Amino acid sequence: MTEGEFSLEHGARASEWTGELVVTERRTPLFPAHESAGAVFTDFGGWQMPVRYTSDLDEHHAVRRAAGLFDISHMSEFLIEGPDAGAFLDGVLAGLISTMRVGKAKYSLLLNERGGVVDDLIVYRTAEHTFLIIANAGNRDAVAAALAAAAASGSGERTVEDVSDTYALIAVQGPEAQRILEAVDTLVPDAPLSELGYYASLGGTFGVPGAFDVAPVLIARTGYTGEDGFEILIPAIDALDLWYTVLEAGEPFGLVQAGLAARDTLRLEAGMPLHGHELTPEILPAQAGLGRVVALGKPDDFVGRAAVEAFDAASARVLVGLTAEGRRAARAGAEIYAHGVEPGADGAEAIGIVTSGVLSPTLGHPIAMAFVDPEYSEAGTALGIDVRGRVLPPSVTPLPFYTRKHA
Amino acid sequence: MNLSIRLLHLHVLSSKFSIHLPEMSFLSRLIPAATARTAVRFASSGRYYTKKHEWITVDKSVGTVGITDFATEQLGDVVFIELPEAGAEIEKGESTGAVESVKAASDIYAPVSGKVLEKNTKLEDEPGIINKSPLEKGWLYKVEIKSVDQLKELLSEEQYNTFKEEEEAAH
Repeated sequence: MTEGEFSLEHGARASEWTGELVVTERRTPLFPAHESAGAVFTDFGGWQMPVRYTSDLDEHHAVRRAAGLFDISHMSEFLIEGPDAGAFLDGVLAGLISTMRVGKAKYSLLLNERGGVVDDLIVYRTAEHTFLIIANAGNRDAVAAALAAAAASGSGERTVEDVSDTYALIAVQGPEAQRILEAVDTLVPDAPLSELGYYASLGGTFGVPGAFDVAPVLIARTGYTGEDGFEILIPAIDALDLWYTVLEAGEPFGLVQAGLAARDTLRLEAGMPLHGHELTPEILPAQAGLGRVVALGKPDDFVGRAAVEAFDAASARVLVGLTAEGRRAARAGAEIYAHGVEPGADGAEAIGIVTSGVLSPTLGHPIAMAFVDPEYSEAGTALGIDVRGRVLPPSVTPLPFYTRKHA
Repeated sequence: MNLSIRLLHLHVLSSKFSIHLPEMSFLSRLIPAATARTAVRFASSGRYYTKKHEWITVDKSVGTVGITDFATEQLGDVVFIELPEAGAEIEKGESTGAVESVKAASDIYAPVSGKVLEKNTKLEDEPGIINKSPLEKGWLYKVEIKSVDQLKELLSEEQYNTFKEEEEAAH
């Protein structure tokens, strides 16, 4: 059975089979582990994902203090290979990819013709002629379409392959992450993890060393929590074995399984954007503080370049951090007003909107990310947020809200 | 408690583009295990329920109000609770406070009309009590019930469980 069949069987309900793949509820290869752990599930980007195993807060704190184990297999992966793969990606993505060194990772953006963000993703150069893209689960089709369109319109020696169903992705995040992975005898990186830098990756194997059935893995020092940590790409069929092995090895270090709820509060504290919230096809990179990710210095005419160059950033809403006192958090969609303006009063006009907000588990006060009119974006600016009929008084704060102290 | 809360209408800058956010379906996905547990544990508790997942127990004319364990399981860790003050007159069906978890915020609606006698101040300092013991230590407030007849309009344990199952089937 190939991995492709695996995803078909588990992704579509038999009764809905109409000759086309009708995907209603996809499950990652780690679903059985979540289910037996008693996780609460939610739909995320079409996937049944664990929201929490026991407590959102406990899982959040475990990642900040020790480590958390996350299933992020819902994310999509693409392999671009060939002598012209780097040049190809220079023409597709907003960043400069072809000059990346082997073993390095880079945060990049895929834009539309209007310069809006179709997806944010990470590119890993795993070999001279091999690039791996890890993109958001919900944007798999959009990324696949953009890559296919670019591949069809250009020429060159490169292949593009959607390998999302072939691999599972497991994240180990937290200050103890390295010690935990080093304690897994059967996970053998090509070089010591202590030598692996942030935003870098290396190969390795999982399985009894020397055995015929060891699984190839890619270990990257990347993450979405604001802590040190790793993301491990592994063939889907070996994922459950790795999950349980890491969980067992990590227990003495305080490792816990962590769900999407914790992942979201962790990334929000770390000021990291979530596509669909801080980034959308209507938001240009400069608005979200990602202007530096767009390599206008490169000669290539990537999609969205003209729009980015023509964009008048000075008049557009910008992404800011907001903090407030108390315990009442503003949530996504809440409208923001100038200080002293009463929402709903005559002539009261919103000057911004919250895109993500929560009572920060680490900091103990409400935090939010929001888009506001540029004249309200300066740090320290007092604002008012309409939180279910009452005005919460936050002020603009530089991002991120949380920075880790550990090296 | 209004479980079809605003989170279901979450919109960000682009309404055209929406990925499913965890919080959007938090309250629309049910947990069969929780349903079964509730049914066994509180088969004869003398509780009345609302379709917004509040419960009320009655001792003479005094009602004790809370939210169901089903609701707290959907919300996740509760981090903030806003309760009506003693002396407040409340109207059946109206919002009398709010419960906020890490991932969601929800109003609490009065199951009956009356006058608030006491609120559970412990919850304000330690909102997590409501996750640990939603049906006992996590009670929200006590109310002097204006008209006991209003209780007839509420759901029995059995009706509430059926209602939950129907809600589940609808999703």
